[in-house]
Amino acid sequence: MSGVGSSAGVDESLLRELVPAVIGVLGRRGADFASAEDAVQEALIRALDTWPDNPPRDPKGWLVAVAWRKFLDAARAESSRQGRELAVDAEPPAGPAPATDDTLRLYFLCAHPVLPPAAAVALTLRAVGGLTTRQIAAAHLVPEATMVQRISRAKRRIADLPLDQPGDLATVLRVLYLVFNEGYGGDVDVAGEAIRLARQLAALTDEPEVAGLLALMLLHQARRASRTGPGGRLVPLAQQDRSRWDTALIAEGVAILQTALARDQLGEYQAQAAIAALHADAPSAEETDWVQIVEWYDELLAITDSPVVRLNRAVAVGEADGPQAGLSALAAVDAGLPRHTAAAAYLHERAGDLARAADLYAEAARLATSVPERDHLTREAARVRQLLGT
Amino acid sequence: MKYLILKHYRGGPTPAVEFTPMEKWTPEEVDAHMQYMSDFASRLQETGEFVDSQALSSEGAFVRSDGEGRPPVTDGPFAETKDLIAGWMIIDVESWDRAVELAGELSAAPGAGGEPIHEWLEVRPFLTGVPGGTD
Repeated sequence: MSGVGSSAGVDESLLRELVPAVIGVLGRRGADFASAEDAVQEALIRALDTWPDNPPRDPKGWLVAVAWRKFLDAARAESSRQGRELAVDAEPPAGPAPATDDTLRLYFLCAHPVLPPAAAVALTLRAVGGLTTRQIAAAHLVPEATMVQRISRAKRRIADLPLDQPGDLATVLRVLYLVFNEGYGGDVDVAGEAIRLARQLAALTDEPEVAGLLALMLLHQARRASRTGPGGRLVPLAQQDRSRWDTALIAEGVAILQTALARDQLGEYQAQAAIAALHADAPSAEETDWVQIVEWYDELLAITDSPVVRLNRAVAVGEADGPQAGLSALAAVDAGLPRHTAAAAYLHERAGDLARAADLYAEAARLATSVPERDHLTREAARVRQLLGT
Repeated sequence: MKYLILKHYRGGPTPAVEFTPMEKWTPEEVDAHMQYMSDFASRLQETGEFVDSQALSSEGAFVRSDGEGRPPVTDGPFAETKDLIAGWMIIDVESWDRAVELAGELSAAPGAGGEPIHEWLEVRPFLTGVPGGTD
């Protein structure tokens, strides 16, 4: 589906799925992570190049063989440079180990807390996601040379970390959510890849928060098509055409969420997914259950104590209890937050103070951090000024 | 997060140091300055933070439409404009603080006598393509 051009004819999603397992095989044969990952990346590029004309009967076997050869070549070159013996046997040792553990370990390693988020995202996309460096660079709109360095620095940073300890699941989830939410160039559907990686992780672990994140992604993905109008303009939730929401994705997200919630180990992603599910469940904006949404924001606040959650909660309070209540709630939120002014503009408009709202919308447009938000807020300012007749 | 570091020939706040204009430096001083800039860019490439860098000629013109069926109107070159952009560097970094740190380093490029010129550089965040919130 995704991926066009030079690699047309190759099932790229199959290739991508195989990458972490192949890195795992090389690791069990004695290769260190950094070298194994490089070798598999080379094999992957070779596969994209040769498979269209010459598809292998056993794709995984092909990848393992080619990657292992690349690894041995690199290791021999390195050891002859250093004048010492090759540290691994040229013949692969026998004895399979569970591949699921390998893949799970890769998630933790690539999203290790010592890595800056951008590095963790890049490394996760390459080693767990099976994307090429070029695809990752294109997605992030940076030169390939920069992405090569970003990834090799990240690998050096984690080279000496012990791999046998359980990793930090919270950072893994944060990295996957970043992958899902960032804006991307290039021709790879990165949000779709984030969902695939979350699905795979959910199959490997039994943590309700992983299910919560997957549900959250599915529920947002279900609305993606309705979130932008002509020319990429942003369509706010209340104005989205709900007939365009993907009901299959919503049903799947809700089912996954319900199973997770039944475990009674609430976490931030489950709470966020619950809010998204309540929106998805409303036949119209007017029928949204804002009272329950505010309750979920209270839960979320108890877990995270995040200023952004406090801000979103104030807007929900404005819907549940009226704009004055919303403004009171907003008064307790740090005014320096992005979108604080936009929230104030919205609540003042609802409270009937159009002049104030128009000024605040215009100011919020100046403070916006993205083009769609800036353009949306500029239109809102213009709309309210028109209502004012000025 | 991407930031533009904008270098001006003219414009911006009052210079902190009245440095000698570049055309009056010695060739070695010019070389040292250029070397500093290119080392800086290479270092950013190694840290995985470099995106783009470009120098601009001080020649050029302002252009505007003059209505349908008429050729565009030009104005310039900009001998008289107060603000003249010299070039830029685009970086992709973790935070605003890091962007400021790097711009500070770039501003310390050596000038006449090998002294840092402390020129003002303008740092501007890119607007992203996607809204920050989920809805």
